[in-house]
Amino acid sequence: MAVTSVFEQLEPLLPRVSKPVQYVGGELNATVKDWDTTAVRWALMYPDAYEVGLPNQGIMILYEVLNEQPDVLAERTYAVWPDLEALMRVHGVPQFTVDAHRPVGAFDLLGVSFATELGYTNLLTALDLAGIPLLASARTDGHPIVIAGGHAAFNPEPIADFIDAAVLGDGEQVVLEITGVVRDWKARGCPGGRPELLDRLAQLDGVYLPGHYDVSYLPDGRIAEVVRNTERAPLRVAKRTTMDLDEWPYPKRPLVPIAESVHERMSVEIFRGCTRGCRFCQAGMITRPVRERSARGIGEMVESGLAASGFSEVGLLSLSSADHSEIRELTKGLADRYEGSGIGLSLPSTRVDAFNIDLANEISRNGRRSGLTFAPEGGSERIRRVINKMVSEEDLIRTVSTAFGAGWRQVKLYFMCGLPTETDDDVLQIAQLAHRVIRAGRQASGSNEIRCTISIGAFVPKPHTPFQWVAQEHPDVVDQRLKLLRAKINSDRKIGRNVGMRYHDGKPSLIEGLLSRGDRRVGRVIERVWREGGRFDGWGEHFRYDRWVAACAAELEPQGVSLEWFTTRERGREEILPWDHLDSGLDADWLWDDWQDALAGREQDDCRWTPCFDCGVCPSLGTDIQIGPVDIGPIHVGPR
Amino acid sequence: MSPNPSAAPVCKVRLRYAKRGKLRFTSHRDVARAFERAFRRAGLPMAYSQGYSPHPLVSWVGAAPTGVASEAEYAEIALVRRVDPRVVCAELDAALPDGLAVLEGVLAGPGGLAERIEASAWRIEVRGVGGEQLRQAAHTLLATSTLLVERVTKDGRRSLDARAAIVSLEVDDCATAAPAPDPLGRCGILTAVVRQVSPAVRPDDVLSALGAVAGLPSSVLVKAIRTAQGRLDDDGGLVDPLDADRVFARTAMTLDEVAQSDDRSAQHGVAGHTGRPLRTTELPELDRISVAGLGGG
Repeated sequence: MAVTSVFEQLEPLLPRVSKPVQYVGGELNATVKDWDTTAVRWALMYPDAYEVGLPNQGIMILYEVLNEQPDVLAERTYAVWPDLEALMRVHGVPQFTVDAHRPVGAFDLLGVSFATELGYTNLLTALDLAGIPLLASARTDGHPIVIAGGHAAFNPEPIADFIDAAVLGDGEQVVLEITGVVRDWKARGCPGGRPELLDRLAQLDGVYLPGHYDVSYLPDGRIAEVVRNTERAPLRVAKRTTMDLDEWPYPKRPLVPIAESVHERMSVEIFRGCTRGCRFCQAGMITRPVRERSARGIGEMVESGLAASGFSEVGLLSLSSADHSEIRELTKGLADRYEGSGIGLSLPSTRVDAFNIDLANEISRNGRRSGLTFAPEGGSERIRRVINKMVSEEDLIRTVSTAFGAGWRQVKLYFMCGLPTETDDDVLQIAQLAHRVIRAGRQASGSNEIRCTISIGAFVPKPHTPFQWVAQEHPDVVDQRLKLLRAKINSDRKIGRNVGMRYHDGKPSLIEGLLSRGDRRVGRVIERVWREGGRFDGWGEHFRYDRWVAACAAELEPQGVSLEWFTTRERGREEILPWDHLDSGLDADWLWDDWQDALAGREQDDCRWTPCFDCGVCPSLGTDIQIGPVDIGPIHVGPR
Repeated sequence: MSPNPSAAPVCKVRLRYAKRGKLRFTSHRDVARAFERAFRRAGLPMAYSQGYSPHPLVSWVGAAPTGVASEAEYAEIALVRRVDPRVVCAELDAALPDGLAVLEGVLAGPGGLAERIEASAWRIEVRGVGGEQLRQAAHTLLATSTLLVERVTKDGRRSLDARAAIVSLEVDDCATAAPAPDPLGRCGILTAVVRQVSPAVRPDDVLSALGAVAGLPSSVLVKAIRTAQGRLDDDGGLVDPLDADRVFARTAMTLDEVAQSDDRSAQHGVAGHTGRPLRTTELPELDRISVAGLGGG
């Protein structure tokens, strides 16, 4: 069947919507391939607005990896805003890709990358606009295989009814394996139809097919068991891990949007994984072990990416960039190379110590020293021990004093509220900390015109972390503590006026908590919210708490559970968690022991620098952490 | 990459560029951002503003609205080294995404660019209305002296006189009603010359005015193209704003300047910044002299 562009139908609608440029594609380094001469066709979706989705590294990497295959075509699609969605429905325009404006329903595969669970309703919009049945069980041979990936795919149970498969872990190798299976199946004339293709995909490591498992429940609502319903499904699905980043230097040609996006820079991922062991951090837990890209590889990616894109800023991306074992040489090398060129460097994720200030001074040596960001995460020493964020107050004060002394004028501090075992006092200590920062900063800088901004988010317990068992704090408690904190900050006007406080209310976090730790019963809540108009739940102006609460009451309570049951209830060690059959490599006993250590305020070291503490990841992957330099010698950051 | 931000501009190049096809949905900010990135990719020796966050020095002249294509947009860029404007044009054009095209580059002569632009010619495709009906509407509109139309802006509704800005209206039937959106395939082509006044009267305002005087079915602006900008001549035509610069450049390029640039052509190409060789082969009409620029820094 001929597949043609829907742009002719879309075009008359574009003058009637806001920011139409986000729907036209045409980005530098975008790829448009011939439909008929390619064997396997992927639509890749980031289920949020174009301005958020375009800079996403995961999509960009897979898009390039797939399009490098001569017989594979990959195009991108993003969530359309409600104004265009309404017009598309009236005029019968289907969900389209931005590259060649092809209908998403015509592709072999639809891969959706979930960085956050709040994108689930946008998945349903896209499926519906594409003419793909919402329920995987209703799809037939002509429909794309819908595959979820990204961090949220480590517990895809709430969307189990809507997806055909989920991929756990790093995607660049497994997408090629999936492509191979589809290519082979199509070449043989699609034997056995869709069910056979799904069975074949289930043979791949890291590919989880929810439909191959049945879940039953106890009278009290807990899971009784999760059993596979076919011999062709593995007992547990283990995540994929790309071990040598230097073999995967993607994106080589970063996409450059014409529309404005949230990150106006190119990013180079300098390592994957993190060993800091912050107990709240799902990303740090599920991406172990640490795998560093070599300084030479980073230097080459920076140079070729800048030439291919024309960006003026490079972000050195990772979960804790200052932890790269060659970071000092790397930042100095890059700062030297681009001195006087107008090219800026940034280290998006940083830790709290003086070494960091040296790095910050280095990368800002040609530019303005405006603001530095640190993440102590907890207000008191006690709570920081609970979450394993090993920063002492003295360290923090010493660090910010150094920063203000070196000419920086603003410090931003990130915290969380609603952490396990937290009391009002733990949160109020954020105010004392902020006041000390201002006093120390005034002394170090000799100026009163300095600023400390504290930015606070509500803590959401996540699967595959030591906090996967905890009771999430209710938003009312979080909001009350933040109110007390604001009063405390402003209690000393002379200092309080230099302190800014930014926070969001706790309600979206409770829904995020439901979607993070929910099981298959939550799928009906998502569908109801979507049918009642739920879209773009990650956006304050679109999120409607009351709609979620009402949908939970309507859909969960008849099943004997509730919003509170999934969120503010503490789980026991013996409870079967919805994601227990999905293997992130972390040993369940180690996670539990780490949770018990948290309750006792015991810290865990960083295995990058200290001996192994047996979290379980390395042996399960048959590997070890990978840090450089392999050969000690003069640093190379690529050819000049 | 880009030059030392402190270097002073030594010459200015005026560009005529086009915004076409899907990229007509770009806003002016989008276009400006795409150009800034293209300057870096092309390795042009741009002059930068002073201050903490230097940006390339570009003067934009009256950008076409979002959703409207153009074959006649103008901008002036400042360079810290003299480079043949034809090379600037070719390099920049190659570095821009498809849909943005640099059509011409000329060395800026005396006099400002903005003051040479007084009116625009727009070619507007009006679907769902036949040529004859549109012609009648145009006659009626031209016979009025003022006609207020309303436009919804960020700050609410504002009302403006669309008639006063209109210099001329001409109507043609659609040459080909190829993919006919209207069941009857009706489509008229309106060519409007409109003065650039403040607040601006845009193609959709002209359509609203036609609709108001002739009771045309409300038509969403589907396709409009700015075909020219310039000062109005005595016949109501538009004078190419780069004409004066072309004349100036021809007279100013003396023989010894040409000889000078010949000597330096090897060292002073714009290619030195990116390591990418100049695509001299793509400029067959240029000789060695023009590739390296008129002077050299």
